[in-house]
Amino acid sequence: MKNLFRLIKDYFKAHPVVITIVIVCAFLNALGAIVAPIMLQNTVNLIETGIKEGFSTISNDFFLYLSLMITFYVISIISGFTYSQLTARYAQMYLHELRVKVFSHLEDLPISYFDQNEKGSIMSTFTNDIDTIRQLLSQTLSDFLICFVAFVSVFATMLYSSIYLSIVVLIGSIAMVVTSKHIAGRSAKGFMKTQATLAKEEGYIEEMMNGLKVVKSFNHEEEAIIKFKEINNQLEKESRDANKYSNILMPIMGNIGNFLYIIVIVVGTLLFVFNIDNLSLRGFQPINIGILVSFLPMVRQFTNNVAQVSNQVNPIAMAVGGVSRVYKLLDEKKEVDEGYVTLIRAFVDEKGNIEEVENNKDTNCWAWKHPHKETNTITYTLLKGDIVLDDVDFGYNEKRLVLHNVSVYAKPGQKIAFVGATGAGKTTITNLINRFYDIADGKIRYDGININKIKKKDLRRSLGVVLQDTNLFSGTIMDNIRYGRLDATDEECIEAAKLANADSFISRLPNGYNTYIKGNGSNLSQGQAQLLNIARAAVSNCPTLILDEATSSIDTRTEAIVLSGMENLMKGRTVFLIAHRLSTIKDADAIMVLENGRIIERGTHDQLINLNGYYYQLYTGKFELE
Amino acid sequence: MVSKKETIKLILSNVKGYRKATTLSIIFILLEAVAECIIPFMMSKLLNALSSYALSGQDFDLMINELIIYGSILLGLAVVSFIGGVMAGRYSAKAGCGFAKNLRESLFTKTTKFSFTNIDKFSSSSLITRQTFDIFNIQQSFIMITRIGVRSPIMFIFSFIMSIIIAPNLSPIILAIIIPLVLIPSAIIIKICTKRFMVLFDLYDEINEKVEENVRGIRVVKTYAREDFEKEKFEKESLKMAKGFRFVEQLLSATNPIIQTIMYISMCSILFIGSTIIINNSEYDAINDVITFHSLNIGDISSLITYCAQVLSGLMMLSMILFFLIMSLPSIKRVGEVLVEKPTIESDVDGLKEIKNGDIEFKNVNFKYDINADKFALKNVNLKINSGETIGIIGGTGSSKTTLINLISRFYDTTEGEVLVGDENVKNYDLVSLRDAISVVLQKNILFSGTILENLRWGNKEASLEEVKKACEIAQASTFIEQFKDGYEHKIEQGGTNVSGGQRQRLCIARALLKKPKVLVLDDSTSAVDTKTDAYIRKGLKEYLPSVTKIIIAQRINSVIDADRIIVMDKGMIVGIGTHEELLKSNDIYQEVYSIQSKIGGAK
Repeated sequence: MKNLFRLIKDYFKAHPVVITIVIVCAFLNALGAIVAPIMLQNTVNLIETGIKEGFSTISNDFFLYLSLMITFYVISIISGFTYSQLTARYAQMYLHELRVKVFSHLEDLPISYFDQNEKGSIMSTFTNDIDTIRQLLSQTLSDFLICFVAFVSVFATMLYSSIYLSIVVLIGSIAMVVTSKHIAGRSAKGFMKTQATLAKEEGYIEEMMNGLKVVKSFNHEEEAIIKFKEINNQLEKESRDANKYSNILMPIMGNIGNFLYIIVIVVGTLLFVFNIDNLSLRGFQPINIGILVSFLPMVRQFTNNVAQVSNQVNPIAMAVGGVSRVYKLLDEKKEVDEGYVTLIRAFVDEKGNIEEVENNKDTNCWAWKHPHKETNTITYTLLKGDIVLDDVDFGYNEKRLVLHNVSVYAKPGQKIAFVGATGAGKTTITNLINRFYDIADGKIRYDGININKIKKKDLRRSLGVVLQDTNLFSGTIMDNIRYGRLDATDEECIEAAKLANADSFISRLPNGYNTYIKGNGSNLSQGQAQLLNIARAAVSNCPTLILDEATSSIDTRTEAIVLSGMENLMKGRTVFLIAHRLSTIKDADAIMVLENGRIIERGTHDQLINLNGYYYQLYTGKFELE
Repeated sequence: MVSKKETIKLILSNVKGYRKATTLSIIFILLEAVAECIIPFMMSKLLNALSSYALSGQDFDLMINELIIYGSILLGLAVVSFIGGVMAGRYSAKAGCGFAKNLRESLFTKTTKFSFTNIDKFSSSSLITRQTFDIFNIQQSFIMITRIGVRSPIMFIFSFIMSIIIAPNLSPIILAIIIPLVLIPSAIIIKICTKRFMVLFDLYDEINEKVEENVRGIRVVKTYAREDFEKEKFEKESLKMAKGFRFVEQLLSATNPIIQTIMYISMCSILFIGSTIIINNSEYDAINDVITFHSLNIGDISSLITYCAQVLSGLMMLSMILFFLIMSLPSIKRVGEVLVEKPTIESDVDGLKEIKNGDIEFKNVNFKYDINADKFALKNVNLKINSGETIGIIGGTGSSKTTLINLISRFYDTTEGEVLVGDENVKNYDLVSLRDAISVVLQKNILFSGTILENLRWGNKEASLEEVKKACEIAQASTFIEQFKDGYEHKIEQGGTNVSGGQRQRLCIARALLKKPKVLVLDDSTSAVDTKTDAYIRKGLKEYLPSVTKIIIAQRINSVIDADRIIVMDKGMIVGIGTHEELLKSNDIYQEVYSIQSKIGGAK
């Protein structure tokens, strides 16, 4: 509930003027509903005089009422039109703003958020929950407002006409609310159950469809159908129960309305025939036909509004869940960045001084710009790719460390490999270098600068990464390569593709570099996608590279091509390499063997073989890595 | 192509078993609607009596009498309408849910009858959407139609007739004005909106894909510090979609004021024209102070307004239903496509149930996935494999290794030529018997949610625990299974994500072994298994299944090095058959693969 009000507040804050107009219009729109019965009363009462004394005696009043009614109707229609147009327009615009806000927030969340939350649930917040907000803003809330205003104004008019009859209607309405609450509660419970079973059924369908070929190869069709029927029948039973309640809600409400309608006319007639004075806001008066005639449509309208308002209760209750999930995401802490050392384009003059280049001109030379507050000076350090991890400890939470005393020294241009079982901490180390996670103790220095001082975006921009999962984005192949550096020219991108050995397959595609990639590159093979990832890293031209299991899921012949592309890429760069197959890391300058978050052996391949330890056993196949 | 009418007929055939409920729900809706339509009429009778009593000097007793009569009729009608409504609600819930159940079942059953060609044609993900999203849409429309779709035309027609009966000189004019006033704008709005919505839904999918792409690739986004770039792109697309939706929503919300306007026009005219008619057509007897109404009475005005509103809401409901129907047409079409699809492979009814042995022969086989494709996936394949032989298949991606073995268990039918198993064309076998005899571990290994034991028993429902354990031993899976606390009762999650790739592959092999096949095909099934374990598996197969024909597709030459014969494939053709040594001497492609592999490892 709290979140619902927060949403309404935020919505109001986003467009205060418009929403004020909307509310005013909603009230003006109700004028029509108020005026109609009053004019109906007055006009009907004129009829008697009209018949008795001729039309001319009443014509003045008659046309006055007509013009009054038309005037109020016109106001009501205009405000109704304004109201609905504005609601539709601004609900959509706010939704757009909200969507962008959620997306932007998502982009700024730390990696830990994505590691801890399932992709599916993040997506569901984005689609289903935002969709409930759409319903809420463009339909439920505005319906609620309109109904509420109509409810109040009709009730006021009823009191104005007859308090006795109003009391009858009020009692009937209370009965409606109580019944609807009872039935709606049952149906809501039923729907929740149905929803769970539906999710189960859809999960089963998904599993069976994805494994349909396996099902067929094991002649398992009959069993699959039997199990499906079981869930499907359960779904039918539950949804029938839930729908039964929701289906009878409207007839029950409508018919309580009918009963009310009848009671009102009977009571009214009785008042009339027994000459009981009618009590209204105007005081005691004899009851007249006009009041009865006008009261009946009001009863309809009133009961309809009661029914509609109680109809909105369920969607609102359902939306509350969605709204809170959206706010929960928006309340997640963004990744903080207190770094102040930035990466700039530079050039080195004859004397060896580093200077900043104006206008970000491409010089092929980068430097760290390090402002010092105390002395108010700036020092520049060339970007070389010298990375030092000094006695680093790390844990995903404070209680349990997963890395202990890790020290790694990578000189520019060196190739450092990490070997170890799954969970030994290889990938974790690379996550620390680009500060996806922050270390618990120790220091990491990049070209001599503590990486905590470097702006995260600049730090990451200086590190090229190729991961096992090939993530591509919808767009052309050229767009995907250029992802590495947005200002790269087409020629540079093609150059990078050639370096990565990707050019030959790209040029064989019918649309070449303009081939559109959809759905994470489902139209490419795994190997081809990986080549594009390498090209992307190549175009970024970073001095440091992280290659994490880059060739794990590729067949042998493609792997040879990918590997030679990687060889090209690695030349002259500092490389952190994680590989499953030991043969790919044999020529590394240093191999770190990890076990349970500690480096247990380090050295070149030959040194480690001579050591006759864990690495030796891995290499000779006495242990297996899994 | 199947016509729309047939598709709808096919979908509607799923009402079977719920015909009675459907009919009953319609009858009860009729009852409710009719009763509800008569109520205002009776009401006006009562009001007219009242006005006669007040103005025409009617007798007091007669008035009370009429009050009792009309009052009880009204009450009776309300009771009928109440019962009708509640019963209709119950029956329509039964009918709607039953229909959905049948439809889901027919769809699921149909897909299980699909051949691989059918599956490829639709793709798994599209089969999933059709069975979830689309079915849901159809179910909603069905409920809408049986409830509102029956109710609103009746309300409309009945109110139409009643209003004419009450005021034959007034109603036709008003109706003639308001009906086109409702129909024309709603027709225009529906036409524009449905068209636009279709486009917008695609846009909506694209936006969601964009989000998914970012959630999945967040490491790449952050690595290249592309957060702002992505935000900008997203905002642009979102704005484009928002503008589209804004237009449609604004158009749609114009309907309310339009209806209000029409309602107000008709109220004004009924009230003022009606009053004039009453005044002009009534006589006043001044001596007795009695008024006689000739054509219209005061009470009629109230019921005319009610009927007019009902005519309007009936029309609105109808156009709303039309709108939803149009929106669900694509879903109907997609579900229909699955229902009418003919499985391309069907079992021979009197097919042979006995497979003599594991002999396999390919005779002049050509194959393409799509009849209209120009390129053959397999060209001119002639091959004879003897029972008990171990055959390795090597070749690059796209060399059609998988295609070749898929023909053996008749996952696909050859385009030209024939495939024989046990000296008999595969088409002559009963499909279940054929596939029971040929066990294939598909490249895309899938385990299902359930315990390890349940998964393994896919191979053979009746397999004893001993047999299961034996199969796992051969597949080198028992060691890691026994390491689980709950051993064979260990739960596998959907898709088998909670075991490693290598473990999954070994479980799949064990599952295939339990079938006790005559032919065992491993399609790149040990790629995630380390070389040593791989060797143990092959050794086990040789030892325990000497008479079974074993076909092993592999990336690593190591996995096939000790096969009796190795087939080298390239571009859909067999380019070499022989032992490792023979091929090393004679086959270029084989030499190349071998040299790459011994250089970059895996050969260790």
